[in-house]
Amino acid sequence: MSTDLAIRARGLSKHFGVLKAVDGVDLSVPRANVYGFLGPNGSGKSTTIRMLCGLLTPSAGEIEVLGFDIPQQAEALRRRIGYMTQKFALYEDLTVRENLDFLASVQGLARAPRRARIDELVEAYDFVDRQKQLAGTLSGGQKQRLALAGAIVHKPELLFLDEPTSAVDPESRRDFWEKLFDLADAGTTILVSTHYMDEAERCHRIAILDSGRLVADGTPADLTRALAGRTLGVRAPEPRRAQAALHATPGVLSVAQIGNELRVLTVAGGDAAQLQAELRKAGIDAEVSAIEPNLEDVFVSATHHDDTARAA
Amino acid sequence: MKFAQIFAVMLKELRQMRRDRMTLGMMVGIPTLQLMLFGFAINPDVRNLPTAIADMADTAGSRALAQDMLATGIVRQVAPARTPQDLQALLNRGKIKIGIVIPQDFERRRLDGREAVQVIVDGSDTSVQATARQLAAMPLDGGSGLRAASISVLPLYNPERRAAVNIVPSLIGVILTMTMVMFTAMAIVRERERGNLELLITTPVSSAEVMMGKVLPYIGVGLIQTTVVLALGMTVFSVPVRGSLLDVYGAAMLLIVANLTLGLLVSTKAQTQFQAMQMAFFLFLPSILLSGFMFPFDGMPVAAQWIAEILPLTHFVRLIRGVMLRGADLYTLWPDVLALMAFTAVMMTLAISRFRKRLD
Repeated sequence: MSTDLAIRARGLSKHFGVLKAVDGVDLSVPRANVYGFLGPNGSGKSTTIRMLCGLLTPSAGEIEVLGFDIPQQAEALRRRIGYMTQKFALYEDLTVRENLDFLASVQGLARAPRRARIDELVEAYDFVDRQKQLAGTLSGGQKQRLALAGAIVHKPELLFLDEPTSAVDPESRRDFWEKLFDLADAGTTILVSTHYMDEAERCHRIAILDSGRLVADGTPADLTRALAGRTLGVRAPEPRRAQAALHATPGVLSVAQIGNELRVLTVAGGDAAQLQAELRKAGIDAEVSAIEPNLEDVFVSATHHDDTARAA
Repeated sequence: MKFAQIFAVMLKELRQMRRDRMTLGMMVGIPTLQLMLFGFAINPDVRNLPTAIADMADTAGSRALAQDMLATGIVRQVAPARTPQDLQALLNRGKIKIGIVIPQDFERRRLDGREAVQVIVDGSDTSVQATARQLAAMPLDGGSGLRAASISVLPLYNPERRAAVNIVPSLIGVILTMTMVMFTAMAIVRERERGNLELLITTPVSSAEVMMGKVLPYIGVGLIQTTVVLALGMTVFSVPVRGSLLDVYGAAMLLIVANLTLGLLVSTKAQTQFQAMQMAFFLFLPSILLSGFMFPFDGMPVAAQWIAEILPLTHFVRLIRGVMLRGADLYTLWPDVLALMAFTAVMMTLAISRFRKRLD
C-alpha cells in the first residue's frame, strides 16, 4: 500500500473464453514516471490498460490505482485519470475547441475555469489558429496532440495512453513525447504502450508483455545491461547465406540483418571465437565481434517463443 | 444525475446534428415525402374515374339517375356516347374506365324490378372494378323515390370518404416510429463504432446522463416532424383537428418517448450502424402492418392483435384518430395512454440495465 506507487497490480488475469489475454501480471508503476508497456500485437497490452482503468473486469487478481480498488471504485477513479485510446476517439465532426469544451464539461469543469483551461491547452498544444477546424480534418500528428490535450483537460494524476503514436510521423512522435515528459515533470504518472523501441528507450521504466505474461520489467538500462555479452556482430561476404547458417547454429536466439552486418543474439555467454568456428565449419568466412546490446535485443530475448531460451 | 453533464452531451449532439446536413434534411424530408406519397399517390379510394354515359332512355328519371352518379364524385363524364358500342370503343381506346348504359326500356325495367342500368368496367384494375361495384350498389333512385336499396353505409367522420383524413393522423405515428427508433439507435451506435464511447466511459459522465443527453435533442426533432405533418395535413389535405392541439402533441410526445427508449434498447444490442438500421426496420414492419394504420385492427386474427397491442404505434393510432377525428381527449382514451407509458418504462429499464459503462 505504498503511496509512491500510482499503480499496483497483483496476479492480474483476463480470460476471454479459453484465451488467456492477460495471465498473472504483477505491475508496480511509481508516481511521476513514464512507464512503457511493450509487447507484440495481441500480447495483452490494451486489455491490461483497460482493466487498470476499470473498463474491463479482471478474471482474477487485484488492482490498486491511485489508492482506489479497481474495478469496485472505478467511478471514483475516473475524475483522476486520463485515457487516450489507440484509435482517435474524439468527435471528427466537432471542431478542436468544441471537442475540448465537451470533454471539459463532461469532466465537470464549470464554465469559467473551463474556458481558461481550454485557452491554456489551445496555446500549449499549438491549436491557436485551428480552434474552429473540424477534428476530422486534422493531420495524424495534430489529432494525437488534440487527443492528448483532451485526455488531460481535467489535469489527471494518471494518464493511460494506448499506442498513442502508432499512426504518426517521426517528428510528431518526438514532439508528442516532449509533451509527455512535460507532464511527467509536473507530477503526472504516465502509462504508455508502444511498438517503437526508440520510444521505449525513453521511458523511465518498461514492462514487456508476451502472450499475456509479463516477461521483463525494469529500467531500459538495467534490462539491456542484463544482456551484456550475448550480442554479437557478424560480417560475412554473403550475409543471407551466413544468416541461414546461423539459424541452424545451437545457442543462437535470433539473427537480424542490419545493412551488411548481422546482429546475433545468443542464449547465454555468446563466444565470438566459437561462433566464428561454427560458421567456418559451414564454409563461411566471417568476422565476429562483441557488440553492445540494445532494447530491441531485450525485446527479442524476452518475447522469443522457445522454452529453453526463456528458461535461460 | 447532473444536469450540467446531460447538457454537455446534449450540446455536443446538437452541434453534430447541425453539421450532418443529410440527416437534418431527412428529418424534415421524410415526413414531407411520406405525407405526399400517402396523401396523394397511395390513395385506396378511387375518385374521378373517366366515364361515359350512354343514356338511351333519355327520360327525366334516367337523366336524374345519371346526375346522381356524377354527383358521387366517383365518376366523371369525359366523353359523349349514344350506344353501348360507343362505350365499348371508348373503353378499348382507354379513354374511359367506366361506361354506364341506361337502356331504352329503363323505366319499365325499374318498375319490373329488373336490372335497369348496366355498368361496364375496365376490369384490369381491381380497385376500379371494386369501385364500380360500390357505385352499382349505391341506392341511386334518380329522385323518383322508387326502389332505393334499403341498406346503405353511412360513413361517419369522413363522409367524403377521403383517405387523407384517415391516413394523415396515423402517418404522424408511422413517421415517428420509423425515424425516432433509427435516429437514436444510430446516434449511440455511431459513438461505439467510431470509438468515441471507449473514451466517454473513462470519464465521470454516467450512462444515464449519456442516454438522456443523447435522447433529449431527438424529442425536439420528433416534435418538429409532428408539426410538419400536422401543418401539411391541415393545409394541403384539409385534415380536421377536432380535439385540442395540446392533446395531439401530448399523444405525439408519448409515442416519441416510447420510440426513443426502444431506440436505446436497440443501440445496446447493435454493434454497427448498419445493424442498428436493420433492427429498426425489423421492428418497423410489424408496426406498419399490424397497428391498424394499413389494415383495420378488428379484421386481424387474434394472435396478430396481441402482437399489435405490444406495439406503441397501435396505441398511438387509436389516440390520434380519437383526438383528431372524433374530438376525444387523452383523458377519455386513458388505456392507450397508459399502454404507451408502460412500454416506455419497460424499455427504459431494459436499456439502462443493458447499457454498461464497461467494455465487457
